[in-house]
Amino acid sequence: MSAEKKLVGYVCTGCGIGDRLDAKQLLSTAKREGKLQECKQHDMLCNAEGVKLIADDIAAGATHIMIAACSRRAKVEAFHFPDAAMTRANLREGVIWVRPASGENSETTQEMADDYIRMACAELRTINKPSSSGEQSLIKNILVVGGGVTGMTAALEAAAAGYAVTLVEKSGALGGHAALLHKRVPSRAASAGTSNSRNAALPQPAENNVPELVSRVGTTGNISVHLNSSVAKTSGAPGRFSVDIAAESGSTSTGEFGAIIQASGFKPYDAGQLSEFAYGASPDVVTNLELEGLAKAAGDGPIKRPSDGKEVKSVAFIQCAGQRSDTQGHLPYCSGFCCTTSIKQAIYFKDQNPGCDTTILFDDLRTPGAAGEDFYRAGQQKMVTFSKGKATEVVPGSSLKVRFQDLILNEATEMECDLVVLATGMVANSGPDPYAPADAAQVPVASILNLQYRQGTDLPHLKHGFTDSHFICFPYETRRTGIYAAGPLRRPMDMQQAMDDAAGAAMKAIQAVENAGLGRAAHPRSGDLSFPSFRKEGCTQCKRCTVECPFGAINEDEKGYPLYNESRCRRCGTCMGACPVRVISFENYSVESVNQQIKNCNVPDEFQEKPRILVFACENDAYPALDQAAMSGKEITPWARVIPVRCLGSISLSWITDSLNSGYDGVVLMGCRRDDDYQCHFVKGSAMAAERMSKVGDTLSSLNLEPERVVLHEVAITDVERAPKLINDMADTVARIGQSPFKF
Amino acid sequence: MSDLNQNMIEKYRNSFLKEVEANVEEGEWVKMCMQCGVCSGSCPLGKHWAHPPQEIFMMIRAGKREAVLASDAMWMCTSCYNCIVRCPREVPITHIMHGLAHYAKRLGLAPKGQPTMAFSQIFWDNMLKAGRVNELKLGLSLYFKDGFVQGVKNSLANAKLGQNMMKAKRMNAAEFFGGHGVKDVSGLQKMIKKAQELEDARIAKYGN
Ligand code: SF4
Ligand code: SF4
Ligand code: SF4
Repeated sequence: MSAEKKLVGYVCTGCGIGDRLDAKQLLSTAKREGKLQECKQHDMLCNAEGVKLIADDIAAGATHIMIAACSRRAKVEAFHFPDAAMTRANLREGVIWVRPASGENSETTQEMADDYIRMACAELRTINKPSSSGEQSLIKNILVVGGGVTGMTAALEAAAAGYAVTLVEKSGALGGHAALLHKRVPSRAASAGTSNSRNAALPQPAENNVPELVSRVGTTGNISVHLNSSVAKTSGAPGRFSVDIAAESGSTSTGEFGAIIQASGFKPYDAGQLSEFAYGASPDVVTNLELEGLAKAAGDGPIKRPSDGKEVKSVAFIQCAGQRSDTQGHLPYCSGFCCTTSIKQAIYFKDQNPGCDTTILFDDLRTPGAAGEDFYRAGQQKMVTFSKGKATEVVPGSSLKVRFQDLILNEATEMECDLVVLATGMVANSGPDPYAPADAAQVPVASILNLQYRQGTDLPHLKHGFTDSHFICFPYETRRTGIYAAGPLRRPMDMQQAMDDAAGAAMKAIQAVENAGLGRAAHPRSGDLSFPSFRKEGCTQCKRCTVECPFGAINEDEKGYPLYNESRCRRCGTCMGACPVRVISFENYSVESVNQQIKNCNVPDEFQEKPRILVFACENDAYPALDQAAMSGKEITPWARVIPVRCLGSISLSWITDSLNSGYDGVVLMGCRRDDDYQCHFVKGSAMAAERMSKVGDTLSSLNLEPERVVLHEVAITDVERAPKLINDMADTVARIGQSPFKF
Repeated sequence: MSDLNQNMIEKYRNSFLKEVEANVEEGEWVKMCMQCGVCSGSCPLGKHWAHPPQEIFMMIRAGKREAVLASDAMWMCTSCYNCIVRCPREVPITHIMHGLAHYAKRLGLAPKGQPTMAFSQIFWDNMLKAGRVNELKLGLSLYFKDGFVQGVKNSLANAKLGQNMMKAKRMNAAEFFGGHGVKDVSGLQKMIKKAQELEDARIAKYGN
């Protein structure tokens, strides 16, 4: 960056910009106030000629370019200039589309546009073109932890794509719980056009293909399997993980990996807690997994009950046993696989002996998957009795008595049977949650990854022990970059879903390997080369950044200074917003780059009665929502000036105090939803911001300002009506409480 | 007939569902009901039934033989076909309702004096005589089914309707004396007799 800086601007007059705004004025603002060496006008900057104009300038030495045209989210392919630092002034979505064309508005509309030019130029002067850290490396090896269906599928997928896989399995054999199944639930619906008739050909229990999967793993060249082994230590970062694999025998080997897939699966729920169903009291009360053992042992013969080996002539399945209930010790959630499993198992009995009485007591029958509904019908065809009822008690005896509340006939009733099967659920097999509240009385669990991260040894949880990941947009992406959770570790799921999940996680892991090799960020700023660095002289070793980074990207050196791992970093800037002494910055995003935008926007004196409202909009949801609003012709007050931010988490409190001090009348912050069902693309950024902002009230009162002048909103990308309204509401508020007393 | 009932109880000891499958028109469909309740919600009379269709199907599966067969629920079906049209599983509900009613009557379990059943019997008997329905006699038998005094009351109450029908030539007083029938009445009666024999033989298979 030592080379001469050359700042060039471009003002596009296409898309109606030239008709609505005085381009000459914009050019002179860019040059005189924006201090650009040059500024050019073009009537359609995004066409081949316009793009060439810019590219030629860059080739001829322009290092910094300012494009005043459409939103930074539009025409990203055309305006892709990796060889220069770039800012964009949003004149289309930000100005002309949100302001009415009538003459009396033209003055404020032009002022808006001039301000956005000043802001873009000011930002441009503070940034530099980012380049990768130089620490990156390309290691095309992927570690898969867990040798069940999920892990094996992930390994096969990654291997098929040409990546070397190391598969670590704790037990002595591959296959996990699925290997113990007699048959599996079908995964395909009845063929197209199959009628609804009562004797239609419907999907039936299928061969268990896990042994085949195991042998494929064995014969695939670039998968190396470590049985009876676990991960003793994981250090490093995406693209350069170093992992110690410890075998039970005591030997340890170290491997280098570009990415990790954790597929540690689930533990069966402990049915010992279900004394009301006589589990433990009668050997003839079994769990769904135990029934698979009985069915396997029986082969094609009749299934025998454990107590006396008598052929089972009547069987009752109790759905949701210890699940979907608030009772202490029960699972509050639905495990999602047990309804179809019970149908499959009921068919075991019916296929062997059509006269066997099989009753499934369900509350809600949930049959996910393509075959689900058809498989339910297949069970009905075979005369499995489905009764909507809630089992309350199983009375042990030579014949078991199942008491239940019939929910259709609305009566307490009971039935006798030889065997009771409890449809019990799955518990995530995850390591300890690094962010579990210290006081929570938890059974200590062993670590699975043994991460050498300052922020804990394992993947953070969302709830109930399941790994945290962005449910809507990036389901595989955990809060530890480059480590992907797949299968029932992430949420309860059946075998087919686990296999699909594994394929997805394998693709993400490959992407992480390749990105890390180039020093690029993973989603949502995928491709970003910038990374945070800090000015050591100013750092007070307060550790706020290391604690608040949602992704555990920052370690600590022996002196207590932060140690950044650019490839673990997702470039959200939450650390930047956290730093009380403002020493953290990116090449193209910093406290200063936003501060300069705030300062360079014109704040008219109070007699002009033109308030200024500063809007910080999250670039992931709020900013696109505003773009959408502009496209559908929603109006926004001419007093608003919008600054996109990477995440609300990156907002420095100084931006707010400084802007209020310099005469802005109101500040609106728009970020993503932040509760358990969060939509924040950086998981915790929005929540961090909300926490920090809760203290902003004190600052306001010390300035003698009304608390309404700063508001924080959760905005979704779909809030096309609401987002502009929130800004206009602030204009109303300012009109009501009056302009800021801090104007010059 | 009560013998038949006893025999059926013996035969299907623990599965009323199987009994329904074997003996009730379209009974094989009962197992396919998924208890969504769309039929009960669609039935214009559902509110007035002791057990709307979804519940009847559940009762069959729960083995509530007496409660189902002695109920007057299925006699309330007006054959509007709303339920059939809407059932996501395409269960022929209306037909099953009629099948159940018929089976209950055959077993002698249908509720005594159930008006729909009484009317159906009168209709059948009337129609069998000449191969077509004699409206005049059908009306009169219906009015007088509860005794002479009630019959006179019913007739007087509907006198105006009767006169209008006669005026419009919808009903003919002369039909009271014999009335006209189909061309080959005895042929029809033979046919019905044969059908009856076949049905009886089928039932007899289970009846002993
Ligand atoms: S807070 Fe965000 S920007 Fe900072 S190190 Fe963590 S991931 Fe990177
Ligand atoms: S609509 Fe059909 S499937 Fe639903 S309850 Fe009625 S009969 Fe059963
Ligand atoms: S056909 Fe019968 S059961 Fe079906 S909706 Fe009509 S009245 Fe009800």
